[in-house]
Amino acid sequence: MKKNNLNIHNLITYGIVVAAFLFVSILVWTGNASRHLQAMLVPIGLNIILAVSLNLIVGFLGELTLGHAGFMSVGAYAGCLFAIKYAEILPTAVRFPLAMIIGGLVACVFGIIIGVPVLRLKGDYLAIVTLAFGEIIRSIIINLEFTGGASGLKGTPQNSNFYIVFVVIMITLVVITNLVNSRAGRAICSIRDNRIAAESLGINITYYKLLAFVIAAFFAGVAGVIYGHNLSILQASVFDYNRSIEILVIVVLGGMGSIRGSVIAAVIITALPEMLRSLADYRMLIYAVVLIAMMLLNGSQKFDKYKGRMNIGGLFTLLKNKKSAKEAG
Amino acid sequence: MALLEIKNLGISFGGLHAVDNFNASVEKGCLYGLIGPNGAGKTTVFNMVTGVYKPTCGTIHLDGKNLTGKNSIQINKQGIARTFQNIRLFSNMSVLDNVKLGLQNQIKYSVAQGIFHSRSYKRKEKEMDEKAISILKVFGLENEYNYLASNLPYGKQRKLEIARALATTPKLLLLDEPAAGMNPNETGELMDTIRFVRDEFDMTILLIEHDMKLVAGICERISVLNFGTELASGKTEQVLNDPRVITAYLGE
Ligand SMILES: Nc1ncnc2c1ncn2[C@@H]1O[C@H](COP(=O)(O)OP(=O)(O)OP(=O)(O)O)[C@@H](O)[C@H]1O
Ligand SMILES: [Mg+2]
Repeated sequence: MKKNNLNIHNLITYGIVVAAFLFVSILVWTGNASRHLQAMLVPIGLNIILAVSLNLIVGFLGELTLGHAGFMSVGAYAGCLFAIKYAEILPTAVRFPLAMIIGGLVACVFGIIIGVPVLRLKGDYLAIVTLAFGEIIRSIIINLEFTGGASGLKGTPQNSNFYIVFVVIMITLVVITNLVNSRAGRAICSIRDNRIAAESLGINITYYKLLAFVIAAFFAGVAGVIYGHNLSILQASVFDYNRSIEILVIVVLGGMGSIRGSVIAAVIITALPEMLRSLADYRMLIYAVVLIAMMLLNGSQKFDKYKGRMNIGGLFTLLKNKKSAKEAG
Repeated sequence: MALLEIKNLGISFGGLHAVDNFNASVEKGCLYGLIGPNGAGKTTVFNMVTGVYKPTCGTIHLDGKNLTGKNSIQINKQGIARTFQNIRLFSNMSVLDNVKLGLQNQIKYSVAQGIFHSRSYKRKEKEMDEKAISILKVFGLENEYNYLASNLPYGKQRKLEIARALATTPKLLLLDEPAAGMNPNETGELMDTIRFVRDEFDMTILLIEHDMKLVAGICERISVLNFGTELASGKTEQVLNDPRVITAYLGE
């Protein structure tokens, strides 16, 4: 019974994404999509991938990290350098997926290198160290020669499109959702809810923390590769802490521990400032407020109880319950 | 040889000797009580036995194996499970998932099998569900399996914590004030359940409790702690009638 509810919930999430994809595809095919809209599709999709994967760390594992843009950048450079090298040799259908896998795996390696020493830290300390990691990576890339330095990396084939992004979104959704609903995912959530109790049951905390970190890093890396294949020039400066904070804001607003919430929030947060120019001015203000609130609330026990419960979906349920209560009364 | 052998156990926090020279030996199948006034060091003994704190001195042996200085994870794998005085459930997770987390090291499949929802994932998950439900039944919680743990009433949360600990198939179960916050009715029920668990699962149980009716009712042997040192230990009736124990409890 419970399993069925869960499956239906997940299927609805997949359904929302597929329906949105079909709707936009029809707009594009019938020539009703403005160029402006078309240019927004890949960035929106990338933010979905980034937010859903970051949610594994922030929402399910319950750790605050600000290094997601860092993983995205190492993935982007690894995948794009590979693609440039083999641009003439391999056909796109082979090269691009291979580049994504390479970018993802390189991000994984960095996830392990950073994760092993850093995951002992808690709360704000982890946030600060991962933030520093992102910034260090960025300055290293800017100062290296083979990455194109400050002027950026040119020559990546522009293979990204809306359809590929859709496929990767679906893979991300299925992998993260399935993981969360498996033995490993339960262990990850148990660390969030009560680390000491998890240890008392013999659950290997370090292993599962690292697992969450590495899987999230993989998808951030893949998103980076797609990003690099969407532009004529890849610049390290875009992977700064603002980018990490933007992804975190999406996760927080969408609801920590809610995959569907991350998807919906990614669309809104990415599209809204583009559509309503006046909102763009408030963007940084909203980010700052969310970040400060997270820092203050993070680690408070009361707040921990609500992690994984407040989300956009929950808001709908709340409204629905209110409505039905009104009707009943 | 006793199942749990504690010798000369001690710990100090800064200058405070929270526990000093504590000895106990708990025979297999025994229901053993650990009592004492507030702040006597009972929970601290549990924390040392389960590896939450490292003892400053002394040794802990389970079934002849030295557990001194091992961490919580290793100690659970060696066969000790526990509950906590201030309930520590996975509050955002379902009642069923809480128990399934106790089964984590009993029924296993790989991360990849989980991600691909392979056949073995489905089989093992089903096995886990059935096992977890059968444990919940012992505590009369099977109908609430789908509730969020934090939505259970207090008494049931305590029971769920015991169920979760049992799921790890321990040799020794440590209960820290299992009846705290329960009304006399619930306490009576709990006493039956604890006895049932001992008989049905062939369990050895060490419990901390302030409710003397429960202690006198189900514990065969007890130890009394006072200011971190052992005041008395032995058969329950004898110890409870010991004048030193009575003064410690009633004050002078
Ligand atoms: N981590 C710690 N740091 C410092 N002091 C501690 C720590 N843990 C326990 N203590 C102290 O050790 C003493 C014993 O505490 P403990 O919690 O074991 O008492 P208890 O017998 O379980 O009491 P109660 O019946 O109130 O639960 C207390 O004085 C307590 O303040
Ligand atoms: Mg105590």
